[in-house]
Amino acid sequence: MLFVKNLKAEIDGKEILKGINLEVKAGEVHAIMGPNGSGKSTLSAVLAGREDYQVTEGSVSFNGKDLLELSAEYRAREGVFLAFQYPVEIPGVSNINFLRTALNEIRKYKGLPDMEAKDFLALIKEKQKLVELDAKLTGRSVNEGFSGGEKKRNEIFQMAVLEPKLAILDETDSGLDIDALRIVATGVNKLKSKNNATIVITHYQRLLDYIVPDFVHILYNGKIVKSGGKELALEMEEKGYDEIKKEYDTTTV
Amino acid sequence: MVTDKLTATHQFIEELTKHSGKAFMSATDIGQALRYLEENGIPNNKHEDYKYCNIEAILRKEFKTITGKENDLSIPDLKQNYVIISAYNIYVFNGKLHSDPFDFPEGVSISPINNASTEYLHNHLTKYAPSNGDALIALNTAYADRGMFLHVTKSFNKPIVIHHINSSEGNLFFNVRNLFVIEKNAEAQLVEFHHASNNKYFTNNLTEISVAENAHVNHTIIQDAGAVSYSINTTKVHQQKQSNYTNSCFTFSGALVRNNLSIAVDAEFAEAHLFGLFITKSNQLVDNHTLVDHLKPNCQSNELYKGIVGGKSTAVFNGQIFVEKDAQKTNAYQSSKNILLSDDATVNAKPELEIYANDVKCSHGTSTGKVDENALFYLKARGIGEESAHKLLLQAFAHEVIDQLKSDTIKEKVSELFEQSLQD
Ligand SMILES: Nc1ncnc2c1ncn2[C@@H]1O[C@H](COP(=O)(O)OP(=O)(O)OP(=O)(O)O)[C@@H](O)[C@H]1O
Ligand SMILES: [Mg+2]
Repeated sequence: MLFVKNLKAEIDGKEILKGINLEVKAGEVHAIMGPNGSGKSTLSAVLAGREDYQVTEGSVSFNGKDLLELSAEYRAREGVFLAFQYPVEIPGVSNINFLRTALNEIRKYKGLPDMEAKDFLALIKEKQKLVELDAKLTGRSVNEGFSGGEKKRNEIFQMAVLEPKLAILDETDSGLDIDALRIVATGVNKLKSKNNATIVITHYQRLLDYIVPDFVHILYNGKIVKSGGKELALEMEEKGYDEIKKEYDTTTV
Repeated sequence: MVTDKLTATHQFIEELTKHSGKAFMSATDIGQALRYLEENGIPNNKHEDYKYCNIEAILRKEFKTITGKENDLSIPDLKQNYVIISAYNIYVFNGKLHSDPFDFPEGVSISPINNASTEYLHNHLTKYAPSNGDALIALNTAYADRGMFLHVTKSFNKPIVIHHINSSEGNLFFNVRNLFVIEKNAEAQLVEFHHASNNKYFTNNLTEISVAENAHVNHTIIQDAGAVSYSINTTKVHQQKQSNYTNSCFTFSGALVRNNLSIAVDAEFAEAHLFGLFITKSNQLVDNHTLVDHLKPNCQSNELYKGIVGGKSTAVFNGQIFVEKDAQKTNAYQSSKNILLSDDATVNAKPELEIYANDVKCSHGTSTGKVDENALFYLKARGIGEESAHKLLLQAFAHEVIDQLKSDTIKEKVSELFEQSLQD
């Protein structure tokens, strides 16, 4: 589904991704961990099509398409979804109007007609239930005045409505209380199928107890320095990143 | 030299106003106006208030000679093309009220200003818009030959929509003088709707509004007069005790639109609300000057102006608030926000607060920026295309100003015009 090859990206002349290689197949869950500032959000932003970053080398193919050729909205229409680490507040744009516009633009791209109003409302209701999102929130402006946890839940709600092929969850677990974490994780698991894939960026093993990854990658200083199975996450949680940092820092000197 | 220049100005004004008659204005007022005009000339960029808006240059360039022959349009034509449902529709053609017998609710009367009773003219005309201080007021006072008198004595719910339509062969210049008198306890919704026209014209509109004790006036101005229209719109409001005046001004098109709105809050417990929304593009110049003059204690004013400024256009917001010595316990707020859509567009936003009372609450804020890039990316990351995303954000920006409108049909009309003007 997704092939990332030797991906390098910079911002304002500062190189942040220094050659990422990653392959994600349909049906898989990949976890990416790594210390603060290692480039996890940058990787997800580059995959989602944020234009502030310049890709200087490498390639990304998604279901056979050159992802780097597409602008953000076309990537989303092809099925890439980024759950933001910091969801943006948009005063004056109602959540519901926003979602309807998004859904219908994606449908149009696929050659489908706009969704009927009553079908849309039914869909909204169903997905609200799935992530146990307070119905009042959908009527409000996008993320405006939402609590940290509500914002994260709203991301998963949007994902549930848009049904992407590849979901990238950037620290969706941070800021969630234990119940919310379980709800969000259950939501993600329910949406999982053999046709879609998930990349989970997290600092904590806790989330991975619920969303069990097939692969765990450690990102450090713009590179994936270690990959393994789900036990790698446990190992990191126990030992921390010191060993990796030391090993990597010395080899680069 | 000086006399030469004066004579030139004089000749020029004569040319501009050669067709004018002035039956409703007193000789004294006309005399004063002419004197002021003679001394000051037509404002150009050397006048502080017209720094960005060189009226003289525009007139000399675009209206050097006035060739216009006014067209006539029949009422059925007008009614077919310009109508707002659930409202009283009246038609003003080239500044002249079309006399059409139609059902007004009890308590409202409308007539050409020439036919207004001398009592009202005497009591109100030029009282809120004296000629000294602004040459465009003087020009209007000296030469206005058309306009309307609106008198409201009772409350009613349906908005009165005044459609302004202009049409001529060749260019036109005219001065329109209106007087609105809203009597004690009356409540009125007035909408002035300036429609696009085929010809090039310049109007110098001046409306004096008297809002009596406990009267409530909701005054909406929709300016969509098209790419070859030039207009000055001076609105002078005088508020009495416990009255409430709300002005909402929407500017969607016009080569030059200069709005001078000033409100004298002249008795206790009165409230003034000022809302503005303008969308400018190509080479448009839209200049909003507002003044709220708090003269008495315990009053409130609240102002919100928003602009979406694109192309090579220039937008100006100049918001003055005066709180005079007597006006203790005044609450006065002002905010102006602008979104710049292009690097070639300019916004000049300037709040001016002058406070001479000591027990007041006043605040002001102004901001100018681009469309929020983070919000734009967020929308795009959900599959929403660049254009729709922009549109959503601009709608969100304008929402506050449109949504406060009282009448649903007017709100709908304004939203429709807003969306149209985002498209082209
Ligand atoms: N606009 C920018 N200008 C300069 N440096 C930037 C910019 N954006 C990101 N960076 C830098 O890139 C590096 C990677 O940031 P990124 O947000 O990808 O880290 P992260 O792995 O997601 O960290 P965290 O775990 O804290 O979320 C950081 O050092 C950050 O300061
Ligand atoms: Mg991050």
